[in-house]
Amino acid sequence: MQAKKRYLILFSAGACLIMLFCLGGIQVPLSRRGSSQRDERSLTGYHSWARWRRFPGYLQRFSSWDQAWSDDHNEHISPRQKRDANTGVYSGRRCRMESCFDFTLCERNGFKVYVYPQQKGEKMSESYQNILLSIESSRFYTADPGQACLFVLSLDTLDRDQLSPQYVHSLRAKIPSLPLWNGGKNHIIFNLYSGTWPDYTEDLGFDIGFAMLAKASISTENFRPNFDVSIPLFSKDHPRTGGQRGYLKHNAIPPFRKYMLVFKGKRYLTGIGSDTRNALYHVHNSEDVVLLTTCKHGKDWQKHKDARCDKDNLEYDKYDYREMLYNSTFCLVPRGRRLGSFRFLEALQAACVPVMLSNGWELPFSEIINWNTAAVIGDERLLLQIPSTVRSIHQDKILSLRQQTQFLWEAYFNSVEKIVLTTLEIIQDRVLRHTSRSSLMWNSLPGGLFTLPHYSTYLGDFPFYYAKLGIKPYPKFTAIIHVVTPLVSQSQPVMKLLVAMAKSQYCAQVIVLWNCDKPLPAKYRWPVTSVPVVVIEGESKVISSRFLPYDTIPTEAVLSLDEDTVLSTTEVDFAFTVWQSFPDRIIGYPARSHFWDSNKERWGYTSKWTNDYSMVLTGAAIYHKYYHYLYTSYLPNSLKSMVDQMSNCEDILMNFLVSSVTKLPPIKVTQKKQYKETMMGQSSRASRWADPDHFAQRQTCMNKFASWFGTMPLVHSQMRLDPVLFKDQVSILRKKYRDIERL
Amino acid sequence: MYASGKYSSRGPALIPRMKTKHRIYYITLFSVVLLGLIATGMFQFWPHSIESTADWTLDKRSVHDAPLVRLTLSSPIPERGDLSCRMHTCFDVYRCGYNPKNKIKVYIYPLQRFVDEMGVPISSTGLSREYNDLLSAISDSDFYTDDVTRACLFIPSIDVLNQNSLRVRETAQALAILSRWDKGMNHLLFNMLPGGPPDYNTALDVPRDRVLLAGGGFSTWTYRQGYDVSIPVYSPLSADIDLPERQPGPRHYFILSSQTAIHREYRAELERLKEENGEALLLLDKCSNLSQGAASARKRCYKGQVYDYPQILQESSFCVVLRGARLGQAALSDVLQAGCVPVILADSYILPFSEVLDWKRASVVIPEEKLSEMYTILKSIPHRQVEEMQRQARWFWEAYFSSMKAIGLTTLQIINDRIYPYAARTYEQWNNPPVVKWTSVNSPLFLPLIPPRAPGFTAVVLTYDRVESLFRVITEISKVPSLAKLLVVWNNQNKSPPEESLWPKIGVPLKVVRTKENKLSNRFFPYDEIETEAVLAIDDDIIMLTSDELQFGYEVWREFPDRLVGYPGRLHLWDHEMGKWKYESEWTNEVSMVLTGAAFYHKYFNYLYTYKMPGDIKNWVDAHMNCEDIAMNFLVANITGKAPIKVTPRKKFKCPECTAIDGLSLDQTHMVERSECINKFASVFGTMPLKVVEHRADPVLYKDDFPEKLKSFPNIGSL
Repeated sequence: MQAKKRYLILFSAGACLIMLFCLGGIQVPLSRRGSSQRDERSLTGYHSWARWRRFPGYLQRFSSWDQAWSDDHNEHISPRQKRDANTGVYSGRRCRMESCFDFTLCERNGFKVYVYPQQKGEKMSESYQNILLSIESSRFYTADPGQACLFVLSLDTLDRDQLSPQYVHSLRAKIPSLPLWNGGKNHIIFNLYSGTWPDYTEDLGFDIGFAMLAKASISTENFRPNFDVSIPLFSKDHPRTGGQRGYLKHNAIPPFRKYMLVFKGKRYLTGIGSDTRNALYHVHNSEDVVLLTTCKHGKDWQKHKDARCDKDNLEYDKYDYREMLYNSTFCLVPRGRRLGSFRFLEALQAACVPVMLSNGWELPFSEIINWNTAAVIGDERLLLQIPSTVRSIHQDKILSLRQQTQFLWEAYFNSVEKIVLTTLEIIQDRVLRHTSRSSLMWNSLPGGLFTLPHYSTYLGDFPFYYAKLGIKPYPKFTAIIHVVTPLVSQSQPVMKLLVAMAKSQYCAQVIVLWNCDKPLPAKYRWPVTSVPVVVIEGESKVISSRFLPYDTIPTEAVLSLDEDTVLSTTEVDFAFTVWQSFPDRIIGYPARSHFWDSNKERWGYTSKWTNDYSMVLTGAAIYHKYYHYLYTSYLPNSLKSMVDQMSNCEDILMNFLVSSVTKLPPIKVTQKKQYKETMMGQSSRASRWADPDHFAQRQTCMNKFASWFGTMPLVHSQMRLDPVLFKDQVSILRKKYRDIERL
Repeated sequence: MYASGKYSSRGPALIPRMKTKHRIYYITLFSVVLLGLIATGMFQFWPHSIESTADWTLDKRSVHDAPLVRLTLSSPIPERGDLSCRMHTCFDVYRCGYNPKNKIKVYIYPLQRFVDEMGVPISSTGLSREYNDLLSAISDSDFYTDDVTRACLFIPSIDVLNQNSLRVRETAQALAILSRWDKGMNHLLFNMLPGGPPDYNTALDVPRDRVLLAGGGFSTWTYRQGYDVSIPVYSPLSADIDLPERQPGPRHYFILSSQTAIHREYRAELERLKEENGEALLLLDKCSNLSQGAASARKRCYKGQVYDYPQILQESSFCVVLRGARLGQAALSDVLQAGCVPVILADSYILPFSEVLDWKRASVVIPEEKLSEMYTILKSIPHRQVEEMQRQARWFWEAYFSSMKAIGLTTLQIINDRIYPYAARTYEQWNNPPVVKWTSVNSPLFLPLIPPRAPGFTAVVLTYDRVESLFRVITEISKVPSLAKLLVVWNNQNKSPPEESLWPKIGVPLKVVRTKENKLSNRFFPYDEIETEAVLAIDDDIIMLTSDELQFGYEVWREFPDRLVGYPGRLHLWDHEMGKWKYESEWTNEVSMVLTGAAFYHKYFNYLYTYKMPGDIKNWVDAHMNCEDIAMNFLVANITGKAPIKVTPRKKFKCPECTAIDGLSLDQTHMVERSECINKFASVFGTMPLKVVEHRADPVLYKDDFPEKLKSFPNIGSL
């Protein structure tokens, strides 16, 4: 009994001791007390060292003044020599613009691109033809190699997979012997596929020398930042111009679709890139996360097939790829044999937010596109976390990711031309560094291809960023009157117009564009107005000159007028207040419409009174000055000269341009249908409106323009904007825009 | 003492028959154990006492007390940095793992003093003031953990900010013996002055294996994009001098060059520019008559005239930042602080934090070769842009350059964004100064979409007990071609909705939702039953809207899906006498609100109203049973920055016979209450988001002399 108790007590005492040691872990060292003084100090201090905290007292600066000054005085080599030395040191895989690109070629004529003449007998893939055609029809093209800043080969380098039928042989010998090759300096080489089974290296099979690569599926290891361009992988059916719109038609709320995450594709049983796809089945739950793989590819897949193959193949056949693509919130884009896959662009177009699972892929146009705003960048190593990651993404974020996929798709990817132009614009931005686009221009509507930094590098000078910057356009406009008939009397319509415009409280300046063959009339013959009147003598006297971005336009808003336009001050005032709400659109009075003529299989133009419209005439319209610049610089000479020769259709072209930028219709204000005396039949003078050819020409124009744009950018609208009290049964005195009622 | 006495007195009772000798022994043992337990317990669970003692030791702690570590000659050296390192090859992401807060954990090694075999320290400065600031800032941040096993990123306490003050080989050896070194995996080093004479490498020369380098002065050849972080060279002047922010605008000088160590070739070129352009340029150099030192660092001279530095930077629009032997220059920080636009001439230089900062909005980069064209290039920049750049420059300095803390935490945030890219900070968050963040709008429905007509709209009718009027409204709305579904929100808890058989027979589904409480916010709830994007909110007494008017309203909404598109328009006005906002329902020339008694809008705004309404507005509206429409107008205008659209001239909605516009609106107290709402909401939003416009939308052929039969929307009422 006693012994039992004794043991019990001993046991409980022991337990207590153990507890004591467990709880007071820090006291263990204390038992070792008695060792050297030094040791004890470091041990007692253990806690305060483990957690970092600021050290008090005086500490030295990390660099002293004397040192900073003397350092730089050591430099003896001339910086100029140092720069030149770079060229020798940093070549090949270490190429950068600073060392491998000759900027002097771009200084004389700006950014011009030369395409080597095509040699007979050389086979060329359709995709490469499209690339070359896109360059040749762009505003960068020059046929003179002496003017060129950038050179593009006419040898097809797209497919460098030796096993592919599109593979072009003996480039290794052909390319260096080209007369303008110059070691590849200032050349750009387009490539979609490189390497072949089994390792799929990124070697092109010839020496690219100093040339830049515009390559799909490029890895970060091989990508030379700010020198190469990563382009998306596109199929041979990718349209050359125009391109399809994104799939997104509405922003559903809540933004979830039937599936959360989908994938359907091949699974490589052996070789490079098989690991990620082999592991996908772990995440598949056949409900909202549907990741399907098939082993069927190649002839001898059954030789390698593993235990999962039959089950996977069965599941694979149950789902339709398209149905999944369009009904999923997220789409998995895992690497295949190469880093990039077609799936990326397909997901982008389908507004299915891509979930990237391709470590080391330099994403397309990564230099300018902030992909975090349109895709989820996953890590192959964390595959199992992907479902919880995508589920944690907030609804608002999904909504914005999805819209951004559509913007990026339409701005940079939906046609070969866009891909090529984006590549060229990126290089141009590097060459002319101080006039280049900011990241905001590339990553927000309407995108970098429509915002030309040569117009201005200031965001506030464009019609697109007012809201983003929290600013408003300058509240005045400049009226530009296009004059083609000589001044004979003071009662001419142009005189009345000039006075009426100058009376507007919002008018800052009137510009008279003298496109008449007669010499300029004397200054005193113009009416005296409270705002300055500037007369510009048109140099070429062509109709496109009305859309030149004259430096003398001091405001952002431009009111474009024909000389015989009849417009009251009130009407202009009202239209201008409307423009302030919609600074990126054309605000006009008489409207026109387009329609698809299915009998003739072409676009039709109508000036009839209809329930909707898609254009407003620029003989009287307010729009942003930037569109002058865009009209002059963005549109190809072929279209502009066509307009000049006919002296017609310039307004249609302007409407095409603006709608292709905004993807929205113009805005018609007030009831006004006619705006010219000639239209109203009060004048017998010959006018271009009376010309029977006039209408037929406009029909032709429509179709010419649509074919250049590759699509029909015009959009219909069913409404017009009137003053709030228009035709209301209130006293006319209470109405601000009374004159509009009287028309 | 008290406790032990108490327990020992109890002892004998517990063990009565034990021998005294043993008894005393056990009692003593027991009480010692108990005493120890209590003492330990107090020590463990009394955090305050620990902190206070630690604080007390803090003052005594000094850098010189850090444990000494002796390196041996044969101690291993890490490999040189690997240029092909990227996050997916050289970074162990498993350490960071999935984390609901999407935040990496950073561990800082305890300070040690490294000496070589001879006892010579590996660094001449030891821990510098800046590195001490940096590490303590990180340890005070959310990133910090003192649990080494939970850390994702490790920061050695070995100061390598300035390569010149350390011994390269020995520092590398010191790194390699860190407890978690593992080839430098997930280790972060901060370096501001890399390289040394004569060739000045652009990255730290210390062999460091896979270390992530936060370096000042990377060139495009040494910078591993997406792996390294380019950081600024901290300017110690910032700590000493307080330069107040200056309003952006033109300054006395156009271009200023204030660096002291400019290569003579470049200085000659600058002199030439000055000759050509005269007073617009100011070229400063070191003062030759002053002795070197901190005082002379704050003076600059031109032809014997002395200027205060950095104050003089505020007198210029543009300030030249030329490369020296190194690419990164501390002058950049001074220039930004002064709100002067930096003109950066340093070919191949990777600008600080360029991974996230949009330098095009804050600086001008000119190739060194074009130095002679600098004046012309800068002259071509629009004035307003220069002002924006000045503001942007100052903001970059304040947010990312001003202290070692700012530099350190920005670096960590950038790495954090790479590891959790789906939770990364946005371009706007990084780049917009507070004033822009406040005034700018980023509409959540930014894509220019005109949704197809086919899905139609869902009409949501809020009703209490006016069944007769409700049925009339339902019958009227059911005639609208694009109506997809009708949802009746039955807000009366005391009365059940009429039997199903009594409801009007209409061609589209009709659903009744019964609410739990009679609240106005029920009308804006994002019901699952609403399957269309477009919602028509309509009161149960709006009987006068024609089907053409409603269909037209839907068509207008399709063109402006991010706006409120409604029929009755209202206005807010500033009452100068009272000094506050006033609500206006008279027929005016302007509109800033449309009433949601009859309005189309996107279902997204239902979600916003229910879950994202700022402040207490939602509850306030429910409590006051008024102004839910004004709240909705505020919400939409605030998030989109756009005005609503009033469609058609319709003024009367409720009864054709009434002479007044709306019975309710004429009530004077009602007006006062509505005005109060506007003032209340404006103060909650902190701004007046409503936008005033002077237009309304009409059908293209409205009032035109044209056969009515051919008009799409002939039946548009004029009252």
